Amino acid sequence: MAIDLAVRAEGLSKTFKKGDVKALVDFDLEVPVGQVVGLLGPNGAGKTTAVRVLSTITRPDQGHASILGYDVVKQAAQVRRTIGLAGQYATVDEQLTGTENLTMVGNLCHLKRSSVAPRAAELLEQFGLSDAADRPVKTYSGGMRRRLDLAAALVARPPILFLDEPTTGLDPQSRLALWDVIEALVAGGTTVLLTTQYLEEADRLAKDIVVIDHGSVIAKGTPAELKADLGNTVLELTVESDDSAITVAGLLADLSTKQPHVDGPSVELTVDKGPSVAAEALRRIDAGGFTLIGLSLHEPSLDDVFLALTGKKTEVDTSALADGSAGRGRKSSKETA
Amino acid sequence: MSDLAINPTATTSLRWAVSDIATVTRRNVIRQFRVPEAIFFSTLQPIMFVLLFTFVFGGSIKVAGGYTNYLMPGIFVQTMVFGAVSTTIGLAEDLQSGLLERFRALPMSRAAVLGGRTSADFMRNMFVIVIMTAVGLMVGFRPQPNVLDYALACVIMLLFAYSLMWGFAYIGLAAPNAETAQLMSFPILFPLTFASSAFAPVAGMPGWLQAFAAHQPVTQAVDAARSLMLGGTYYNPGAIWASLAWSVGLLAILAPLAVRKYRKV
Repeated sequence: MAIDLAVRAEGLSKTFKKGDVKALVDFDLEVPVGQVVGLLGPNGAGKTTAVRVLSTITRPDQGHASILGYDVVKQAAQVRRTIGLAGQYATVDEQLTGTENLTMVGNLCHLKRSSVAPRAAELLEQFGLSDAADRPVKTYSGGMRRRLDLAAALVARPPILFLDEPTTGLDPQSRLALWDVIEALVAGGTTVLLTTQYLEEADRLAKDIVVIDHGSVIAKGTPAELKADLGNTVLELTVESDDSAITVAGLLADLSTKQPHVDGPSVELTVDKGPSVAAEALRRIDAGGFTLIGLSLHEPSLDDVFLALTGKKTEVDTSALADGSAGRGRKSSKETA
Repeated sequence: MSDLAINPTATTSLRWAVSDIATVTRRNVIRQFRVPEAIFFSTLQPIMFVLLFTFVFGGSIKVAGGYTNYLMPGIFVQTMVFGAVSTTIGLAEDLQSGLLERFRALPMSRAAVLGGRTSADFMRNMFVIVIMTAVGLMVGFRPQPNVLDYALACVIMLLFAYSLMWGFAYIGLAAPNAETAQLMSFPILFPLTFASSAFAPVAGMPGWLQAFAAHQPVTQAVDAARSLMLGGTYYNPGAIWASLAWSVGLLAILAPLAVRKYRKV
């Protein structure tokens, strides 16, 4: 067994009886020691289930996973001594103070009695929570709560850290602050498996990105590799009707290395040189006698990654489509984990 | 790099289990003190019951030794049995908040969450006994002057309440949320406490109800407490043994059920 792997998962499958949801389907993952791997996918893709299996909270139906060589099912106790878990599903006690929360976790990790209090104080200091140390957590802001949650995961200095959507729901400032903290941890040698819905977050923190959808890995690579696959810019054009969009897509096909994507009256192209391609596209649309209603140029988003990888939008709500209000939204994808 | 020992010995594991239960117990006790309103009202409720029952039914229920003396052991048991709702709610809340998820990923003993919950509730029941004894004495409760018997009565009631808690722990883990957990408890709590000898003699109930009331565990616990606290007409060593047997039996069935449920949630 290769011990230089911090996390190894092979063929993990997990189906939830409620609604017969396949949360993981033949899921594979490798995280080398000392690296940061980002598990990227939309809500309901299976990210949280993957983390729950890897952190021994739930058992897989099929497949194997090991953490530093310890099997997550057969050697769960050992696994729990090597991991820290933070994020949307790990949590802190609202009624307890920051210090009490960290002390409790320290005791439950069986740190030496004498080192529990100093460790708690050290973490509170490190995460800028010293002033709030003796206040009940229910008085904390969202950002403070996440920092305490992360601190709780670090009490026993675990060599491997699972961060499940650590910044989801945070304001931009708190998000940046948390990113700094995570980067400092990584610089200190901690192995991190990070799940996120944000390409930007995976891009900033992770050396390797694994893209997951419907419980399976659909792509992996460095952020640069994934972006190169995508092209640098996404050009979106909206014309007067769905039929026109199909014709326009044909007119513009040679401007991109990828097949244009038509969604209602919109055409999407992933391109390398946004502005000049946009100018050329406008000329052709004008020459063809079509009416341009909207135009936008933007950096690839997670939606675009999915579009490029799977040829479809991530999770489009069909009921919303039916009443014509779907737009670019995919809010209604279900969290199955 | 890591502060964690990977392979503990058996004695270390046991020491850790005890220490983990103590840690979770402490956490639950702290939580109770963080909500002073809850302490106030949960203390007020049994006091209110004592006063209401004494003054409302005291005149019409004729029992040997006076109604207040008859009632007090019943109120003790009723309060502790109702207290098991906090076991249910506490666990349901921890499940709902996601704290149990964190606990499950920690290298702590698997017994700590349920052990810590029931230990904290056991301690709360000890507090209840002290308060209720004081209130009882104020409204005219006169137990026989034997401290040892009184203490033994308390032990029997505490044991009974403790074994029952495990059943309510199961409900807390099975319920979809804390509110529902509470609602699910009532259909068990009310018949168990009211169709018993806690507030009125079983002999006055219709025959079909007597069959249940005379043999169910709350009646045994109340009769056992009466036997030890009051003696005389109420002397009933059979009830003491029956209550102890019920406690052991309930614990033997309910605790494994709750533990199994905890492993699955």
